[in-house]
Order: sequence, then structure tokens, then C-alpha cells
Amino acid sequence: MTTVALHHGFIILPHLWLIPLLPFAGFLINGILGARLPKWLVSTVALLAPAGSFALVAVAALGVRGGAALPYAEATGTNWIDAGMLHVDFSLVLDQLSLIMLLVITGVGFLIHVYSVGYMSHDRGYWRYFSYLNLFLFFMTVLVLAGNVLLMFVGWEGVGLASYLLIGFWYQKTVAADAGKKAFIVNRIGDFGFLIGIFLLLGQFGTLQMSEIAAKLAANPAWTGGVLTTICLCLLVGATGKSAQLPLYVWLPDAMEGPTPVSALIHAATMVTAGVYMIARTHFLFDRSPLALLVVAIVGAATALFAATIGMVQTDIKRVLAYSTVSQLGYMFLACGVAAYSAGIFHLMTHAFFKGLLFLAAGSVIHGLGGEQDMRRMGGLWKKMPVTFWTMTAAVLAIAGVFPFAGFFSKDAILMAAFTQGTAGGKVFWFVGLFTALLTSFYMFRLWYLTFLGKPRSPELHAHESPWSMLGPLVILALLSLGGGWIGAGRFSAFLAPVTGMKAVEAVSTNLEWTLSGLAVAAAVLGWLVAHMLYRRNEGREPLATAPGYTVLAHKYWVDELYDAVIVKPLLMVSRFVLEWVVEFAILGGAAWLLGGIMTFSGAILQKWQSGNLRSYAAWLAAGAAVLLLFALASWNGMLTHVGMHIGNMHIKWAGH
Amino acid sequence: MHLVLFILFAGLCVAAALNLLLQKHPINSALSLVVVMSSLAVLYLLLGAEFLAAAQIIVYAGAIMVLFTFVVMLLNAGREERTLGSRAATVLGFPAVGVVLAVIATTILKAQGLGSVSLSDPITSTAELSRVLFRDLLLPFEVTSVLILIAILGAVALARAGNGHPVKKNVLVGAARGERTVSK
Amino acid sequence: MIPISWYLLLSAVLFCLGMVGFLIKRNLITVFMSIELMLNGVNLSFVTFAHMWHNVQGQIFVFFVMVVAAAEAAVGLAIIIAIFRARGTLAVDRIDLMKL
Repeated sequence: MTTVALHHGFIILPHLWLIPLLPFAGFLINGILGARLPKWLVSTVALLAPAGSFALVAVAALGVRGGAALPYAEATGTNWIDAGMLHVDFSLVLDQLSLIMLLVITGVGFLIHVYSVGYMSHDRGYWRYFSYLNLFLFFMTVLVLAGNVLLMFVGWEGVGLASYLLIGFWYQKTVAADAGKKAFIVNRIGDFGFLIGIFLLLGQFGTLQMSEIAAKLAANPAWTGGVLTTICLCLLVGATGKSAQLPLYVWLPDAMEGPTPVSALIHAATMVTAGVYMIARTHFLFDRSPLALLVVAIVGAATALFAATIGMVQTDIKRVLAYSTVSQLGYMFLACGVAAYSAGIFHLMTHAFFKGLLFLAAGSVIHGLGGEQDMRRMGGLWKKMPVTFWTMTAAVLAIAGVFPFAGFFSKDAILMAAFTQGTAGGKVFWFVGLFTALLTSFYMFRLWYLTFLGKPRSPELHAHESPWSMLGPLVILALLSLGGGWIGAGRFSAFLAPVTGMKAVEAVSTNLEWTLSGLAVAAAVLGWLVAHMLYRRNEGREPLATAPGYTVLAHKYWVDELYDAVIVKPLLMVSRFVLEWVVEFAILGGAAWLLGGIMTFSGAILQKWQSGNLRSYAAWLAAGAAVLLLFALASWNGMLTHVGMHIGNMHIKWAGH
Repeated sequence: MHLVLFILFAGLCVAAALNLLLQKHPINSALSLVVVMSSLAVLYLLLGAEFLAAAQIIVYAGAIMVLFTFVVMLLNAGREERTLGSRAATVLGFPAVGVVLAVIATTILKAQGLGSVSLSDPITSTAELSRVLFRDLLLPFEVTSVLILIAILGAVALARAGNGHPVKKNVLVGAARGERTVSK
Repeated sequence: MIPISWYLLLSAVLFCLGMVGFLIKRNLITVFMSIELMLNGVNLSFVTFAHMWHNVQGQIFVFFVMVVAAAEAAVGLAIIIAIFRARGTLAVDRIDLMKL
């Protein structure tokens, strides 16, 4: 492990392996001892881990600002796998992309840890919650820092595990346990595609180290399409599962069964973005396959629109946010699909800020209302919960894409990249994105109106503001939602260029820029207007209920039911058949019957042998003697001709021979 | 001369042995066995083992067979009954015996350089026998005397009447009533 | 001049006749007598070999066999008497208390 001392002499990049290690240590301590430790100690350990990691990342960021050279690779420990042509070690790599991701993960992660101290303070599984949360941070940092695909896959699977544990955190509730299972299983389907991709990568390149793969591709500029498309599509399947895109998005709405901070951290800010990160990280593969990029863009755009339509009619505050997450992830995929990877990452960063804030604020509302999540029973909360109200407003404005909030810059970057992509498809994508922005603004303001404005529909719940341990992170995130985008997409892309490649853009006239931005803002304002008209004075009736297509949306296009009928039920039937008939009846029962049968049968036969009859015993004795003699004869057969001499030699006094 | 003697007594041996097998009444079998013993004694004599020939007559024919005869008469063992029999004995036993005989015969007949016996061969003197017995093999000799002692004790213990076993009313009771048990 | 093999063959025949008797006789005492016949056959072969090798040890062995046979006959007949007292029969096939 090497450290790099810069020419300034005192800025040192930290040991990278410490960054995942601190959360892992937190997981171990809280996991093993947590039940016996006092709550303040559990909290301290749990908060020190992300804080420490964030500090290390901040030091690294300062080092980079001071001029440290990136990428900075660090190989930890010995060889991991050394079999044939497969050589994999635990290599961690820090470059611009992973630095951004780490800042988001550890920073927002730390804020959510602080929030959780207040939110989960009354929960009996307090220690378990924080140990799982630290475990998640460990795996996420491993995923981001990984220098080869296999280590990234380890992190990938690990965050899936942590997600399962945290979704089903209140496992006594069957709904929560089922949701955890669903998340893990749907993820697994995606992971299968990812694994196939890894196998193909290994077969094609002979190595899993990403720098080496990139180098091999760079040495071969004419290599496009073909097997590379297959690899990219397989990787895309994995990303679809993890980032909840069509058709593997169904787990994310159900994942809302978990505690709200979990939804904020894992299912908004960090884990679900792993798919986008992976595509950005392996962009050198995707760049070689226009078909794969097209598929990515289609998936992204379709998902964005699809989820936005469903989000319009949901009544559970967290469900709205869940579908919103799916929709925004679609935007990021769309960005990657038009090869504007840095725009996608930019939106990932701002999305972490405002979506995390949205979830945390929703959690504050739920906490203040004593567990109520149905928006139809909310209303008029702006007076009772002012801080929550104002921070949530900031988030809503950000996600709607209103200038100067963060969401405006990032969403704008994506739409512009789509529009200027050069093909007709780009314009289609742009239009879909624009329309989705309108819908996004609509349903977010609908949520805003239903939750905070109007007359209180459930005064009996005695809404109260949350403690400052919960409000502090809200405020910080609100500030980030406001100013997080001011770095601008241009400078952001320039920063990431060494990693994600600079997209060659045609010269875009400033007029076009302003037009497109104006259209985006107009869409946002239009969405707000519609929401304002429909929901300003709400009495809990759903104005859209009479609209055509409402039932379809309310039932989420019956996708869950479709999957259940087409995939789950047949699978269960086959599984039950195999278990009951093949395994239980035939194999196990058959084996038992066979064993028992053999024993009984042979026993019945052998029993006849013990007849007590002396003469039959004598007969068997004679038979045994005969066999022995035959054996002796046979074994000495070769020497029979020598018997005469043999015997002759043995005599003591015999005259001559 | 030697040949005549051998054939005579060997034939007598085999014939008596066959008779033992074929007779139905145990007393006849016992008497046939006595004949076998005696002819064997003569054969020992032909082989030059004079002490053993005497011992054969005295111990085997004179003591053991008499013991057998005593027991046969004591128990009034009658004519052999037709009992269930054992299939294994015939199916398995006879071929086994045949195989044993065949193997041994083959080995004997194939062996070379066995030599022959003639009447002029030196007879083993008792002195020679006793020299080995009482000098080299003294311990086994004494052990056999202990063995006989144990056998006596065992026999007395086993055959003692009144062990608590009820005497099955069968031949004995019938004999007490004077029924004829010996069939002829 | 009798070949040694004749004596040995005679001994083998006696032994096998004893085995046959052991298998087919139904009276316990007769079975026992067949065993004695087998022993005698073996004795003959020992004496024959003692003569062949001019080694007196063969005859010593016969001596011991005789001793053992005597002891065995005594004890065995005592057992037969005990069996007869207990079961009332000397038929071999009836004495099957060891059957499962």
C-alpha cells in the first residue's frame, strides 16, 4: 500500500482500504455487541463509521484539488483468485468518478445516519438497524472503489443483501418480510445477467481489471458491436435489476416497507444508483456498441415515463416517492444511453440530495403523524411542521427542475444531451423526457398540496414537529438541493472527462440552450399549475378518479399481477411438484423404502439360515471346508509339480532321491 | 504278503465304515466302529507303529467304544426315526464331501516321490516314542493329563441326575413299564 | 511294497465317510460316532507320514489326538445324556432349540 505525497508536501491521499473498513468495523461492533451496549454507545459507533469515511474521502478530495494524480490504484493484500488465466486481487481504485460517488455516499450517508438516531430512537432493534446500515456503507464503498469487475460484483451483491436486511427490518410484519424477499429475488435476476456479462468479459479479455480492459479496447479502435453488444446488454440486465428499471422495477415500491431513512439512503440516494455508476464505469464498453446504448436510452426513457404515470395517482406518500425514484433513475439511464455519462452522474448527485431530502422529510411527516402514510388523511401540516415544510418545498422545487435549484441544472443537461444527440431518436427521447418532467412536477406538487396545504384532515393525530436530530440533516440537504447544481454541467463534465470521456457535442447555439431550458422550466410551471388547480382546495377526494385510464394507473398497469401469474405461480407450482413428488415421495421416500426393503428382504432370506437344524449346519461346515480346500489347491496349483521335490527335500533321513 | 494284509484290513476298514453309515440301529453302528478301530490298529502295525497300535486297541476300541456302547444301551436309543430331515444336508453336503474327497485325492495322486511301505521297514520302538514324549514334549504331556482331569469333572457334572430337569416321559418311562423299545 | 499314497487314500476315504455319516445320520450318538471315524482317518494319515519321514513326531501327534478324543468322547457323551434327559429324544432334527 503506497501513499502519494504531493509536491505540496503535506497533502497525502489516504489508504483507500480504510474507507470501507470503518463501516465494516462499525457493523461488527454493533452487530456482535450491540444488544448489550447502551444506546448512546451504539449511536456513537454507528456515527463514527460514516463520519470517519467521509473525513477520509474529504481528505482525498482535498488532495485531488491540491493536484494529486488520479487514478490512484491501490492493491490490498494478497492475490484473491489465482486460477488458470483468472487473476483477481482486491484492487481499489480512486478516480474522479469514484471520488464523486464516495462523497455522495459517505456524505449523504452520514446525514441519514444522524437522522436515523432520532427516527429509530424508540425501536427495539436499534443496534441491529445501525449495524445493517454500516454493513450497507461497507459494501457500497467497496462497490464504488473496486478496480475490477469481480470486486464490484461483491459490493453489488452485498448491497443487495443489506437492502434485503433493511427492507425486512421489521420482519415480524409479513408484508415487510415479503418485500425484502421480493427485492432480493428480483435483484438476483438482474445479477444473473451481470454474471453472464462477467463471464463474457473474462472470455473476451482474459482479465477482469477494468483498467486493463479499457487499455485493450483502446488498442483496438475498430472493434465494435458483436460480442461487445452482448456483454453490454448483459451488464444492462444487471443494472436494470439493481436500479429498478423496466422490467425489474417491481421491487422498489414494495421496498417502502422498510424504515424511511433506509428508503432515503438505499432506495434513493445510493444503492439504486449503482446501476448508473456501473454503466458509467464501463462506458468504454458501451461506447463501442451503439445498439446497446440505444437500448439503454429506450429503457431509461420508457421507465421514466411509465413510473411517472403511476406516481400520479398513488395515495401513499412513500409510494409516490418510490415511483418518482424509478422515474428519475430512468432519466439517468437516458443520459447514459445518449453517451452523456457525466450528465447522468450529475443528475445522480443532485438526485441524491433532493430525493434523500424528500424521503427524510416524508419520514419526518410520518413520524410527526404517528405513523400515518396515507396522503388523503394528511393536510394543513405547514403550520404544525414548519421546518419540514420549508425543506420539503425546496426538494419539490428541485425535483421539478425549477431554476435555480439543483434539479434544474442536471435535468437540463440530460435533456439537452438527448436533443443534441444527432439522431431522430434523440429528439424523441428529448420529448419523452420533457413530458415526464411535466408529469414529475405535477405529481410532486400534488404531493405537496395534499400533505402540507389545505385543511387538516386528521386533526386527531396531533401532528408535531420532529426533533432537531432529524431536522438538522433536512436543512443541510435542503441547502444542497438549492446549491448542489451550481457547479454547472459543463465544469462537472470537464472534471469527470478523464473517466467518462468527453462527449463530442456539436456546437450548440446559445439560443438553442436557452430555448430548451425555457421549455423545461415551462413544463415544470405547467405541472404546478395543473396541480394547483386540482389540489389547492382538497377535501380528500381524488379529482383524477373520474379521468379515463385512472383504474389502470391505480392498479399500476397490473404489472405485479402479471408477473405473479406468468412467472411466480408457475414457478411455485413446479417447485411444489418437485418438492412433494420428486424429492419427498420418490427420492426420499423411495430411498427409505428401498433401504428398509433391502434389510427386511435380506433378513427374511438370511433368517432361514438360522434353522437350528444341526445337519444343515454340518452341511454348511462341509461346504466351507470344501471351498477352503479348493482355494488352497488353486493357489498352489502352479507348485503342484514341485510337490514331489518339495516333499522330498523335507525328509530327514531318506536314502537319496 | 504285505499286500494281502493291507488289502484285507483296509477293505475291512472301509466295509465297516460303510456299515456304520448304513445301519439303522446305533448299537450296530457302534459295533461296526469297533471293527474299524481294530483294523486300523493292524494298519498301524503294518506302518511300524507298534505302540500306537496297542494304544488304539486299548484306548479307542477298548475304552471309548465301550463307553459309546454303554451310553447307547443306557439311553435305550432305539431305531432311528424318520424325521424331517434337512435339504441342505443332501443338496449342499454331498457335493461338498465329494469336492473334499476329490481335492485330497488329487493332491495325493499328483504328489511325487512319496515312496512306499514295506514290511522290512524299521519299527518305531516305544523307547524312541517315550524319549520324545517325556523329554521334548513333557509339558504338553502333563497338560493332557490336566485335560483328562477336566474332562472327568465335566462329564460327572453334566451327567449327574437330578439337575432339576424334569425327565421327559418318553422312552425311559416306557421302558419302566416294560414296553419293547428295541425293534428288530 | 505298498505305495504310501494308498494309505493316504484310505485315510481320505475314511475321513469322507465320516463326513457323510455326520451329514446323514439322524441319531445323535451315531453322529458322534461319525466324528470319531473322521478322527481315526486323520490318525491314519499322521502315522503314514510319520513312517514316510521317519519322524516320530507324527506318532506323538496321534497319541495326543487319542487323548483328546477320549476326553471329548467322555464329555460329549455326558452332554448327550443331559440332552436326552432334557428333551427326551435323540433325534438330531428335533434338537433345534437354537432356531430363531
